[in-house]
Amino acid sequence: MVISHLIKKQTYFDSVTLMLIGSQVKKLPGIDSTVVGMCTDYNIDSLKRLDMYQSVFDGLTPNDLIICIRAADQKTADAGIAEVEKRLSTRQKQSGSVELPPSTQEGAAARLPDANMVLISVPGEYAAREAELALNNGRHVMLFSDNVSIEEELRLKTIGVSKELLVMGPDCGTAIINGTPLAFANAVRSGNIGLVAASGTGLQEVTSTIHRLGSGISQAIGVGGRDLSEKIGGKMTLLATRALAEDPATKVIVLLSKPPAESVLKSLYAELKGISKKIVIYFIGADPKTIEEQGFVAAKNLEDAAIKACDLSSGKQHKPEFSDAQITAMAADGKMSGKYLRGLYSGGTLCDEAQRILQPIVVEISSNTPVKGCKEMADVYTSTGHCIIDLGDDNFTRGKAHPMIDPAYRSERLEKEIADPEAGLILFDVVLGYGSHLDMASEMVAAIQLGRKKSGRQPLLAACICGTHEDPQNYERQKAILEEAGVKVFPTNVAMVRFGQLCLEGNK
Amino acid sequence: MLKDFFGKKIKVINLGISSFADDLIKQGVETIHTEWRPPAGGNKKIQALLTKVSNWQSKVTSAKGAR
Repeated sequence: MVISHLIKKQTYFDSVTLMLIGSQVKKLPGIDSTVVGMCTDYNIDSLKRLDMYQSVFDGLTPNDLIICIRAADQKTADAGIAEVEKRLSTRQKQSGSVELPPSTQEGAAARLPDANMVLISVPGEYAAREAELALNNGRHVMLFSDNVSIEEELRLKTIGVSKELLVMGPDCGTAIINGTPLAFANAVRSGNIGLVAASGTGLQEVTSTIHRLGSGISQAIGVGGRDLSEKIGGKMTLLATRALAEDPATKVIVLLSKPPAESVLKSLYAELKGISKKIVIYFIGADPKTIEEQGFVAAKNLEDAAIKACDLSSGKQHKPEFSDAQITAMAADGKMSGKYLRGLYSGGTLCDEAQRILQPIVVEISSNTPVKGCKEMADVYTSTGHCIIDLGDDNFTRGKAHPMIDPAYRSERLEKEIADPEAGLILFDVVLGYGSHLDMASEMVAAIQLGRKKSGRQPLLAACICGTHEDPQNYERQKAILEEAGVKVFPTNVAMVRFGQLCLEGNK
Repeated sequence: MLKDFFGKKIKVINLGISSFADDLIKQGVETIHTEWRPPAGGNKKIQALLTKVSNWQSKVTSAKGAR
């Protein structure tokens, strides 16, 4: 094996672009490992861990780009470097405009002075500075970046509340504001349902389901997973809910979150009781009765939250897209070739929801993100027994792009699960919408076919598609690709997990 | 007021992942992507000073606007 490298000083690309290119080039024949990234502490550690560090990297800064490739021979390694350069140059050309782009927020604001939203996905250590600058200039903020401290979050949200500006995040992946999907969000019709959520894929699942059921969205405001913690006190949830209460375009308000801290719950309920509009609440994992006792409509899962919101929005009763009889019929011929179920999720909240639905009926479920009653996996890279895995969790995404963008690790894992004689049923999600991979179904099917060919095994496969027919990926085409490969396809995670439950019961 | 922002056309400054800007532009949203890089070449001390200056500038601008 030989290692080849290229340093490009004072050349900056965003981490997603670099990780995707690194992952694509690693697939080329003869290439063993790639590190394509800015010279951050993390990337330096990765190079050392992979035994690819060279003394020439000493003294480089996060403004310098490193391309480092280990391959079977020098020619292949050099060809790999050339391929990375080619892809980076294509990327630059794609985003290139006649004018040189600004390199700072201030420069961008000078070009678009009436900008009213700043979407921030820079590394966490720089994100709060940019967010504060945006707020001080009267602009709303969507803070996609993670690794922002809770103290910084509190400071930013205090400024946001004082100026009545949104601070969506940190670690907020999904929002639909004034009809525009931001970051990872689906194309949905406008309507009278307003949502406030501390869950990215939860928000995608509910907004997409609302759309497919025929209703629409006024606003979908992400607040970040810590907003309802004791320290943050629900600052953004309260601000956003109040604004939706006063918004004439919003008739029904939906709240999605993990159960709030006890101290926050009191002030939240007090605030919500002052609102005359209908409110649907899904506090993931909380007892719906405690919500109903307060006079609100409680949902029992994400699909149910969408159905209840549509009922209240239109005054008509809605049903799940797949009836229980239909799912039962689909599971009737579900002969499992192995005893265990495996879930390979890209959406964290969907993974959480699957565990909560199955946990009462399945003896033991392991996960890398276990909910109450489930077990922590001993080794997240090897499944044993029933396993439901969030592949978007930090374990799998350090230095790699999220599995909604980059299917590389999920494809590898899918192949591995298919080959496992213990695996009888594999569930996975396909999340459509802006930000997501443009053809995840084909990527999953390629891995399925390879796994089947290598192992000769045919475990049952089921997928749920989180998305709408307006999304850039073509919903029907994604569905057809999966179905042609023998995958049972469901419109919601709840329907898919119900199918899994019935298969497990039928194979006892 | 936040409620007054609802219904308005959004105009976006994008800092970081360039594909987010590409998606917005495809949807016809007025967007400016910034070829962002760590300020002051990654020097933390100079970054802190720059932040102070930027925040001070914003305060001066908003005070002028309020007159």
